[in-house]
Formats: sequence, C-alpha cells, structure tokens
Amino acid sequence: MFVVLVGCGRVGAAIALGLVAEGHKVAVIDEDEDALLRLGEDFPGEFFHGVGIDIQILAAAGTADADAFVAATDGDNTNIVAAQLAKEKFGVKCVVTRVYDPYRAQFFSEKMGLRTVCPTADTIADLSQAVRSCGVNP
Amino acid sequence: MFVVIAGGGKAGRSLARLLLERDYEVILIEQDRRRYQRLEREFEHLVMMGDATEIFNLERAGIERADVVAAVTGDDEDNIIICQVAKHKFNVGQTIARVNNPENQEAFNVLGVAPTVSSTMVMMSLIEHEMPTHRLVHLLNLQRENLEIVEVMVEEGSSLAGKRIEEIAMPSGSLFISILREGKALVPQGSTELLSGDQILAILETGKEPELTELFHSG
Repeated sequence: MFVVLVGCGRVGAAIALGLVAEGHKVAVIDEDEDALLRLGEDFPGEFFHGVGIDIQILAAAGTADADAFVAATDGDNTNIVAAQLAKEKFGVKCVVTRVYDPYRAQFFSEKMGLRTVCPTADTIADLSQAVRSCGVNP
Repeated sequence: MFVVIAGGGKAGRSLARLLLERDYEVILIEQDRRRYQRLEREFEHLVMMGDATEIFNLERAGIERADVVAAVTGDDEDNIIICQVAKHKFNVGQTIARVNNPENQEAFNVLGVAPTVSSTMVMMSLIEHEMPTHRLVHLLNLQRENLEIVEVMVEEGSSLAGKRIEEIAMPSGSLFISILREGKALVPQGSTELLSGDQILAILETGKEPELTELFHSG
C-alpha cells in the first residue's frame, strides 16, 4: 500500500515509521524541514518540504496514486483542507484526518463526508470513564 | 443586511468601515488580542475576539442571521473553512473568501469556495488589460454560471482582420460582446467587420479558451 502523510510531528512520524516497518510505501509532507529528523537516518520513504494545502506539493508527493492519505499536522484547518483536497482533487479513497476541535470534527464528518479522528473527544470519553470506574457514587 | 467579517487586518477593517458608512449591520471577528483591542477602540461592540474557524465563535457573532460572510483572514485554509461552515452548517446565502496566496486559488475552486478575491490576481488582470498583449486576458469569471469574460486582440496579419462577424466560425459556447476600437466600444452586428488592432470582449463557457485563442491566432 502507498500512503501519503501530511504533518510529521510526534503522531505523523510514528505512523510513518510504523507503516514502513510493515512494508508499506510512504511519502511524508511537512512545512518544517527539521521534521525529517524524527524519521531517522534510514527512513526508506520520501520526504517533501511544504504545506499540505498546496496542490503542487500534494501532487509531487504522489497523492493521485495513494491508497490512503493521513492529515495529522497540528492545525485543524490545514488538516481539513488537505484531506478534502486528497479526496476531491486526487480521488484518494481512504482519507483520515485529525481534528482537535470536537465541533469542527463532527461537522466535517457528518456534513462533509470526512473521516475525522478527534483526540479531544476521545480523551474526554476516556477520562470520564476512568473517573466512573473508580466506583465513586453520586 | 447583516455582514459577518472574519479577520480584522487591513482588509477586514477597511471593509467594516465602508459597510458601516453605507448603513450595513456589521460584526468583525479578530483572534489576535492586541489587534482586537485596537479595533475595539474604533468599532466598540461591533468587534468580538475569537477564532472565526470555531463554530462557537461564529454562533456568538450571530452567523445564523447573516446575509453575507466575508472571510478575509491572512490564512487561506482558515478562509476556506469559515466559508464552508457558513454555507453548509448555517446556510448563509453569500460567502466571499480572500485568497492570500494565488497558488492556493485552485484549492478554493476544488472545494467549491466561491467567489474569491485575490489582490494579486486583480492586479494581474488590470496590468494585462492596460498592456498590449498577445494573450487572452481573463476579465471576469462567473464561476457558478460556468462562464467567463475575456479580452483578446485581433493582431496584425490575423486571418480574422477584414472579416465580417457572420463569416467567422465561432467556437460553440462563445460570443463576441463588444469591440474596443480607437477608444470606443462598439456592439458588434453580424455585418461588423473586424480590423487588426481591435480588442474583442467575448463571453465563453469555461474551457473554451484554447479554441478561441486558436481562432485568433491561426493564419
């Protein structure tokens, strides 16, 4: 499988390294060239310096041929726009997007057909569950 | 008429002033605290602080009853998101987005965010309109209608020079709307003869430019 990732922070880099370890082909885009350091010297994938809403960069990274696309920069709006471009412009079938803001995550998944992952909503659910599991009664 | 302006930089601030002068109801949203404080001195309660890409802030601004949303922040991705939320979540009738980086224009188009305003592209069009050019100049894109208005010159030696309009095999989906000749604009008839040096305004369906260019430059 060929996967294009936008955003090479802690999350993006870990996903990229995990995928290449499983034998997938990976291209990573980040606006910070130093982000490449997170991937280590032997990273077998490709790295592109640029922003995820730049259609030329998305094209150069091979998005048109991607089986999957992951948007995981620290900017919700960049992720949402990059993911929509991957879907609408490049026809990628599997597109997943990190969106911190639960309201934007919900709107873009329900109304605009994006597959969003919202760490904030997940954390709220996990922490609430952890509190309940302590057995504290009302 | 109620206009929500997202982004209180030079563009947003000037737009708010002009609209207020003309008695529009306006609210300005700015996320930077220092900029917000400066704006508040001028606009008082008509400016609010917040990130306009957060749905909650748009609701506070009263977007539900907005007639127009103008997204004029300095970030193109933010302007795209604001217009998409305004249109698809709050059913705002008209959105207008500023394009900061002309390279992002295609992203706005692909995601259906229209109309857009880009100062670089406006300047390009004006410069090309003023300068004699061999190329076809885009004057106006009517994106929703899938039409555009262009200007193109009948050059010295063009096979069109000396021909009457009715003799020209126009590409389908195109029409000459005016001829600019010696500082005057003529409305063309079938019997009007084209001369070299004429500048023609034409309306055409998007995607017909190559055929029109071919027509003007053959021979």
